[in-house]
Amino acid sequence: MSKNDVFVWIEQFKGQPAPASWEAVGAARRLADELGGSVSACIFGGPGVEALAQEAISCGADAVLLVEDATLADFRVEPQVALLARAVREADPAAILIGATFRGRELGPALAVELDTGCIADCTALALEGERLVATRPIYAGKLLSKCIIPERHPQIVTTRARAFPKPEPDPARTGEVVGVEPVLAEDAIACKVTDFLATEGGVSLADAAIIVSGGRGVGGPEGFKPVRELAQVLGAALGASRAAVDADWIPYEHQVGQTGKTVSPDLYIACGISGAIQHQAGMRTSKVIVAINKDPEAPIFKLAHYGVVGNLFKVVPALTAAFKEKLG
Amino acid sequence: MHIVVCTKYTPDSEAKMSVDASGDVSWGTSPLIINPWDEYAVEEALKLRDQHGGTVTVLSMGPEEALEALKHAIAMGCDEAVRVWDNGCAGSDTLATSYVLAQAIQKMGDVDLTLFGKSAIDTQTWQVAPAVAQRLGIPALTYVIKIAAIDPDGKSITVERLLEEGRQVVTAPLPAVVGTTKGINEPRYTSFMGIRKAAKMDYPLWALADVEAEADKAGESGSGVRWPEVSMPPAREGEAEIVQGETVKESARLLVEKLLAEKVI
Repeated sequence: MSKNDVFVWIEQFKGQPAPASWEAVGAARRLADELGGSVSACIFGGPGVEALAQEAISCGADAVLLVEDATLADFRVEPQVALLARAVREADPAAILIGATFRGRELGPALAVELDTGCIADCTALALEGERLVATRPIYAGKLLSKCIIPERHPQIVTTRARAFPKPEPDPARTGEVVGVEPVLAEDAIACKVTDFLATEGGVSLADAAIIVSGGRGVGGPEGFKPVRELAQVLGAALGASRAAVDADWIPYEHQVGQTGKTVSPDLYIACGISGAIQHQAGMRTSKVIVAINKDPEAPIFKLAHYGVVGNLFKVVPALTAAFKEKLG
Repeated sequence: MHIVVCTKYTPDSEAKMSVDASGDVSWGTSPLIINPWDEYAVEEALKLRDQHGGTVTVLSMGPEEALEALKHAIAMGCDEAVRVWDNGCAGSDTLATSYVLAQAIQKMGDVDLTLFGKSAIDTQTWQVAPAVAQRLGIPALTYVIKIAAIDPDGKSITVERLLEEGRQVVTAPLPAVVGTTKGINEPRYTSFMGIRKAAKMDYPLWALADVEAEADKAGESGSGVRWPEVSMPPAREGEAEIVQGETVKESARLLVEKLLAEKVI
């Protein structure tokens, strides 16, 4: 352990790791190599999370700090902050990387207060200037980019936006030490109690999805999402929506992409009946390949998209579903 | 019940942002508004007050422009407003901002619930709500899409909060910090009476000393993060390649081929 080490908080749900955590491990690996330090993965979960330790090592961690305890089975910020703070005080790492998910966005700033240091939110690129991290993050819905540093405090906490950093290619031959540690807080010292969990329709997280198929005003109503959903199913894609569709109550808010919804960055984004208001573009403009299907050839989405089909989505989308079915079997 | 809503002002979401040669950010002639996310927090506070009684105080740390946000919240129906600012607040990051807000909330003394919007649309850090909760040593419930139950006498709250996989149902003791998200309610418009009240109201200004804040924990000296450089992102050039076959079926087939060639499937 040295001052050049990088910690990564590994997020999981019922033992399933969040892809953003492995992306953060990959980013941490590159930083640690440059700093001459090692990468420690912090896996604090319920019984059984030990199964993630080797995956963390395969993805680039040198060591795993592991706590398996029933108090950590559901995510709660209090015990996670307590554990991370203790680990940081003992090991004094240079930086802590956390995926910028719902959980990570709650954890990062709470940890920063606990450790009296800075937390750079939602960064999309990381570099080093000497021993100092330089993080790039979009602000004003991506209209501007801000370079951020934490010049005088220690450690440097950064949350990394999902899919902004490549997922490392796992190397199962990598080895590392797994260090079991004790929980900090007992159940009666944790104020929040998780009483239930309500799963989302479809079960594919928008932020992590490699493919997203979205519907907008053009779908015309809740039933109009049927062909959009079918295309998403064939592609194993997450289902997205524009603000217009959400505001009209055609689909729940959890599906909304855009400035007032989720920011996504999939490999493929298929916009069906979405005109492409600037607020929608703010949430999906960094997608690798954007396809627009819209009956209006003047729709602003065609300025952003890489491929466009001008036509009635109720004809084009089912045809596309059929064509994919044929090709993908 | 005493509910505090924390808010900030932001440029309108349609503002054309620019950065000049000296690195100064401008939003042109775009109006300054209440951070749109905060309207959900204000609405939720008003609903809770109307059901359970009590007072809603809207709180903002910021220069005079922050009055725009406070006035909007009063015009929606909040009872009281407080602005915290002096020169020592300038340059605050979320670490410093959370300190000043927590000091102000502590000064109020009897706060049961502190509400936030999910993030500010300008700097988009998502940080101040969980940071304030940590400062106050009380539960942080963020990305809340439904307050399922609140018991001001029994001092407890149950919420549904968003996670990537679905909604987590959490019960916590009061006082607590709740970060709201879109979907929790439909914010009301400002009313004529509300706008009149907002125009006539007195907006108390608290300096750092008034909230017993230590000067070196606020502003730039109290901040962890600095942002030495802001720039315009590279623009995407060009137009979509329009895929057009003889028939819809043909267009679909051509598009599938192009997407397979892109290796994104």
